[in-house]
Amino acid sequence: MSTMTDTPLYDVPGPRARRRARIGNLVAAAGLLLVAGLAAARLGRQGQWDSRLWSPLLNPGDAVFARVWDLLGQALGRTLLAASLAISLSLAIGVALCVARLTAGRWWRAVIGAVVQVLRGAPVVIMIYLSARVLPEYGVQLDGLWYVVIGEILRSGIAALPRGQGEAAAAIGLTRGQTLRTVLLPQAFRMMLPALISQIVVALKDTSLGFVIQWQETVRTANLLIQTLHNPIQMFLVVGAIFVLINHLLGRLAHRVEGRLSRSRVRTAHPGA
Amino acid sequence: MNVILENLDLFAGGYWRSVQICLFGLIGSLLLGAVVAASRVSPWPSLRLGGTSWVTVLRNCPLTVVLFFCAFGLPELGIRGSYWTFGILGLVLYTSAFVGEAIRAGVNAVPTGQIEAARSIGLTFTQSLRLVIGPQAVRSVVPPLGSVVIGMLKNSAIVGAFGVGGDLFSVSDRLTSAQGYPALPVLLGVLAGYLAITLPAGAVIAVLERRVAILR
Repeated sequence: MSTMTDTPLYDVPGPRARRRARIGNLVAAAGLLLVAGLAAARLGRQGQWDSRLWSPLLNPGDAVFARVWDLLGQALGRTLLAASLAISLSLAIGVALCVARLTAGRWWRAVIGAVVQVLRGAPVVIMIYLSARVLPEYGVQLDGLWYVVIGEILRSGIAALPRGQGEAAAAIGLTRGQTLRTVLLPQAFRMMLPALISQIVVALKDTSLGFVIQWQETVRTANLLIQTLHNPIQMFLVVGAIFVLINHLLGRLAHRVEGRLSRSRVRTAHPGA
Repeated sequence: MNVILENLDLFAGGYWRSVQICLFGLIGSLLLGAVVAASRVSPWPSLRLGGTSWVTVLRNCPLTVVLFFCAFGLPELGIRGSYWTFGILGLVLYTSAFVGEAIRAGVNAVPTGQIEAARSIGLTFTQSLRLVIGPQAVRSVVPPLGSVVIGMLKNSAIVGAFGVGGDLFSVSDRLTSAQGYPALPVLLGVLAGYLAITLPAGAVIAVLERRVAILR
C-alpha cells in the first residue's frame, strides 16, 4: 500500500499525482529554504555571525571557553540532579499515594483524590515559588508536584490492568497487600514505564523554572553568562540544543520501551501457541 | 486571609491579566498548531520534515529557553516588542508543537476503513479530509487537545513569572517582596486564582469530551 508515506490519507499516486506532488514538494522545500535563508541573512545583517559571539561557546581555543563550559557543565549537573531527585522521590511518593488510594476506605480515597486533583491543576512554577518562599530551607524547593502526577500515572496504570489479574491473585489465596505487591504493582510499573520516561523529560524541562527563585540551573546560568558575553541568540541556541538532544534521546527511549512492552504483552497473551 | 481581601482589586486585575495570557495563548497555539499538524500529515516530504523538526525542537526545549530566546534574542535581530508580546509569542510557539501532535494523533485515530471508503466513493483528497476525516478527527482530537490546553493554562504562569507584569504571579511577587506581606496566604490566593482558571477549563473539556465522544 502507501509504503512511501505511512499514512492511509492518500492512495499510491499515479503519474499525474506524482508530478504534482514533486512540484508541491519542491515549492515547499523552496519556501522553507527561503525562510531559513532570510533568517540567516537577518542574523548576518545584525552581525550575529560574528565569531566573537560564537567562539566562547564553540571554539575550544577561546580564552573563556573553558570557564564558560565549566559553569554550564556544573549547572547542567545541577539540572540533571534536580530532575533525577524529583523523579525518584515522586515515584516513591506516587507509589505510596497510589497504594493508599487503592487500599484506603472511601473517605480517605476521596481526600487523596481531591488533593491529586488540586495539585494537578496547579502550575509547577507557582508550586516552586510557594515552596521556596514558604519553606525557608532550600534543597526541598524543587518539586512538590511530580509525585502527584506520577501517582496519577500509577493509578491509571493499575486501573488499566485487566480486572481478572487482581481476582486471580485473590483466588490463589494472597492477601490484599501481597496482591498489590506481587501482582498489580509490577504490572502497573511495566505499563507506566514509557510514561515515566516521558515524565523525566518534563522534569528536566521544569527544573529550568528554578530561575524564579534564582536557583542556578542551566537556563539561569546561561542568563548570567549572557550578561558578560552579550550573545543571547548564540547562548540560547546552544543551551536549547543541549536540552533538545537529551530530551529527544529520552523520548526515543520511551518509544522503544513502549514498543518492547507491547510486543512482550502480545507474546504472553498466547502462552500455549 | 486579610491580605487577599485588602488587595482584592489587585488580585482581580492579576486574574484578568492571566486569563488574557491564556486566551491569546490558546487562540495562537490552536491556529499555529493546526498548521503544524497539517504539515506533519502533508503529502510533501519537505513540508513533513519541516513539521517534524518544528515539533522535535519545540517539544524538547524548556519553555523558559523559548521565552528567553524570544525576549533577549529577537531584539538582537532588530525585532522590537514588549515582554508581553514576547511572552505570548514564546507560549504560542512552544504550545503549537504539542497542539500539532495532538491534532495529528486525532487524524491518525480515524479508522483506515473510513478513509478508504471516502476514497472509493470518489471523493478527492480535500473532500475526504473535509467531509469524512475532519469531522471524525475533531472528535478524537478533543481528549489529547484538552490535556495540552490545560498544560498551556498552567504554563501561562511561567509567562507571568517571566515578567510580563500585572498578572497573578507578579501580584504575589509584589505583595511578598515589595510590601512584605507573609508569603503563605498571598501564594495560596494566587494558587486559588490559577485553580479558578484550570479547574473550570478542565470541567468544560470534560463536558466537550462527553458530548463529542463516539462509540466505536
